[in-house]
Amino acid sequence: MSGMNKQGRPTSFAESGAGAERTTFTGNKGLELEEPLIFERDTPGACGVDFDEPEGYQPKLGKLERKDRIGLPGLSEPEVVRHFVRLSSKNYSIDAGLYPLGSCTMKHNPRINEKMARLPGFGDVHPLQPEQTVQGAMELIDTLAHWLKTLTGLPAVAMSPKAGAHGELCGMMAIRAAIEAKGEGEQRRRVLVPESAHGTNPATAALLGYKVDTINGDGNGRVDLEALREKLGPDVAAIMLTNPNTCGLFERDIIEIAKAVHEAGAYFYCDGANFNAIVGRVRPGDLGVDAMHINLHKTFSTPHGGGGPGAGPVVFSEALAPFVPLPYVVQKDGVYDLIETEDEAKADGTTPFGRMTAFHGQMGMFVRALAYMMSHGSDGLRQVAEDSVLNANYVLASLKDVMSASYEGPCMHEALFDDRFLKGTGVETLDFAKAMIDEGYHPMTMYFPLVVHGALLIEPTETESKQGIDLFIATLRDLVAATGSNDKERFTGAPHFAPRGRLDETAAARKPILRWQPEMPAQAAD
Amino acid sequence: MRYLPLTDTDRQEMLGVIGAKSVDELFRDVPEAARRDGLVDLPKRQGELEVERALSKMAAKNVAAGDVPFFVGAGAYRHHVPASVDHLIQRSEFLTSYTPYQPEVTQGTLQYLFEFQTQVAMLTGMEVANASMYDGSTACGEAVLMANRVTKRKKAVLSGTLHPQYAGVVHNLAEFADFALETMPPVMPGAAEDIISRITDETSCVVVQTPGFFGELADLTPIAEAAHAKGALLVAVVPEIVSLGLVTPPGDMGADIVVGEGQSLGNGLNFGGPYVGLFATKQKYLRQMPGRLCGETLDSDGKRGFVLTLSTREQHIRREKATSNICTNSGLCCLAFTIHLSLLGEEGYTRLARINHANAVKLAEKLDAIDGVDVLNEAFFNEFTLRLQAPAKKVVDALADKGVLGGVPASRLIHGDPSVEKLLVVASTEINTDADRDAYAQALAETMKEVL
Repeated sequence: MSGMNKQGRPTSFAESGAGAERTTFTGNKGLELEEPLIFERDTPGACGVDFDEPEGYQPKLGKLERKDRIGLPGLSEPEVVRHFVRLSSKNYSIDAGLYPLGSCTMKHNPRINEKMARLPGFGDVHPLQPEQTVQGAMELIDTLAHWLKTLTGLPAVAMSPKAGAHGELCGMMAIRAAIEAKGEGEQRRRVLVPESAHGTNPATAALLGYKVDTINGDGNGRVDLEALREKLGPDVAAIMLTNPNTCGLFERDIIEIAKAVHEAGAYFYCDGANFNAIVGRVRPGDLGVDAMHINLHKTFSTPHGGGGPGAGPVVFSEALAPFVPLPYVVQKDGVYDLIETEDEAKADGTTPFGRMTAFHGQMGMFVRALAYMMSHGSDGLRQVAEDSVLNANYVLASLKDVMSASYEGPCMHEALFDDRFLKGTGVETLDFAKAMIDEGYHPMTMYFPLVVHGALLIEPTETESKQGIDLFIATLRDLVAATGSNDKERFTGAPHFAPRGRLDETAAARKPILRWQPEMPAQAAD
Repeated sequence: MRYLPLTDTDRQEMLGVIGAKSVDELFRDVPEAARRDGLVDLPKRQGELEVERALSKMAAKNVAAGDVPFFVGAGAYRHHVPASVDHLIQRSEFLTSYTPYQPEVTQGTLQYLFEFQTQVAMLTGMEVANASMYDGSTACGEAVLMANRVTKRKKAVLSGTLHPQYAGVVHNLAEFADFALETMPPVMPGAAEDIISRITDETSCVVVQTPGFFGELADLTPIAEAAHAKGALLVAVVPEIVSLGLVTPPGDMGADIVVGEGQSLGNGLNFGGPYVGLFATKQKYLRQMPGRLCGETLDSDGKRGFVLTLSTREQHIRREKATSNICTNSGLCCLAFTIHLSLLGEEGYTRLARINHANAVKLAEKLDAIDGVDVLNEAFFNEFTLRLQAPAKKVVDALADKGVLGGVPASRLIHGDPSVEKLLVVASTEINTDADRDAYAQALAETMKEVL
């Protein structure tokens, strides 16, 4: 850390990289403000909260009173507010611009959803209050469950999973429970996963002790039905398939796939990450899906929040419905009831496989998602699917003459390109993506899916205007043209205008520094 | 529709560029049998006003914690969150950004995650912390899986102090991830638990909660020593993170992994979620940790910056060999935690803890004086357990009818155990006033007379 001050400004010109012709005393550049760590802003004794020292009590801590100082910094409220406002200015956001991350569905986050989640009747309710005091909260969960079941055409839903990957875990647990109930637990130990799958799919299957077996594609971005049939057998528990898939394509053979899987006695887990493309137009239940998680933070626009919190309810087919985990909400004669124990479940006719989390799920996300669904309605949600697919196809059609589209269209909600168009230019996918930052865009998803070389996966979403997409297309065309020029530095040195240049990720991993220390040790731990 | 910018003219122009006659043509890969022409059977679009009206009506059917004397805890606690916290986390740049995969344009998120990791490590007395898990219970499950990896053993021992629904999450994982569990019965406050005799050469970890489910504080040092002597790890679970402002942190008592629920700082009750799972451990176990980690590095100009790091542990790189399948964490909840703790600072955080303890002690004395009510705890933080001379569920329902939310009957979480039927777990934080305590004591005294 030598050679720079706490504000992040290099202490001499010699250490400044290329492009840093002019520096300022503070390291700031106008509105671009440097900000040290909160621990470096410490004024011992300062406090951003006022309350009085308690009196008139005899502590009852046994001998377990903390002895040492913790080391937390002291700051007043204005200092804390300024710190975090300055940090926020270093983030790109969907509110500021197009965020074309394929497979992530970065769309507009309506603020009515935030307002509703903060109603005291939802935000200030404890999960273990007596059930008669939380009837409205259970009504909300039950209403959202109804929307999810109707949109997917599936009869049951587990609401408690906390995120997409947690939902995958929940869905695969239900599948294993169903297999064990049939006495085939010992025999069915293999899970089929296409090579284009999200990393969470094989990770989830492995966590449950399954052997992960990769299915090859057909060379056109879809699962090869014959290759799949060859892999099926009495030892297969399930297939985990994303549809629309991670290449942005609808699996044309999906009904045959489901049929083949079922005939082999296995189950069909669908990764619902890309539900946005088909919501209101196609019901996964009609495709033969047995379980599918729904990322409320994608399709139903609960904000991504810089990496969570998400929510991953899982819809289930008739075959898996009895195994839905605890707790769940039921309604009888207008009165809502939480099924929290195995005995209550037994009386309700189910055999839950267990419990995913301490409480009832991501209630705050449920409120936002329901507000979003009610705002759109059945007609608006269908329009969501149509406009997201239209926007993606428009991008594909407008760029395929200059960038290399990996597959024939039409695509669904995202358009996949690979790096053939960069061949011989000396520019790689990473450089191209970083150059987009300088143009004021967040890069698309890079190097995923793994089935094409140097992937660039673009998902514009339905909340972008044509005007905005036209500028985005024009920008990418300009960048493609520039890859053939002599100005390689535009790419290989990018980003030039971001709060930071490219960061040394190798050094970060080799000598991990994962926390601030009062005095930085000369040697980070190994 | 107000969120959809395309006009019909736009759509026609775009279809022209694509060379398609209609949007239906773009969906031609969908099998015929699965195409739906009409709308699904759900209500049509509504304006903000209608949505707000409908949802407000639903919300009004609940009793909000802020509207009554409120003493419910058992894993989720009502604290005062300064107004600036909620204001700051709603800034677009935080609220509407993605996981920071492009560090050049997400330094804001990355820096607060680095600050969060540092704060969690400091509070728990550990060397390193990750950038959060979903909640305390799932963090607890991940801790057991990690201990199994570290020790290459497959048997965990769960203390009777552990929150029953945390234990439920671990049980579920044990069943599906195929490891063995020994679960101790609930430990009454003040009673000793002979967990040490259960630790063998096959034990991967011992999981103990502090404060325990019934609120009791315990010294974990002897358990840590016994575990280490057999090559096992101590996993300490902290359900109420404010407690560490006053109580010896698990790291100082020999814990190898500390997990906790961070909801108390910055985050509302939200009927159970979203919350923020805390996960801290020793540096030497770093590469076996689950979840995202943020690390410090330099950029191409030599400036300090932050990146997600050690991702070779993670599912998007390692796939079936990953340490966990976790992808999303609790980003925005971490931010709320970090801002609240920054506002408190050393002075505020420790004083907040003392106020919580003082309020709980005062309440315990008041309630203990009521006929038919006994406080069981000897040492506690902001939560304790009452033994009532009546079923606790009946008493809690009667209290709710009187407009007091008086706690959690142990029987709600511990099923089929008659010995806990009369136990009531009561929490008191800085939100409670003298008037709240008086109202509770009066309502409880009346209720006990009615039910006895």
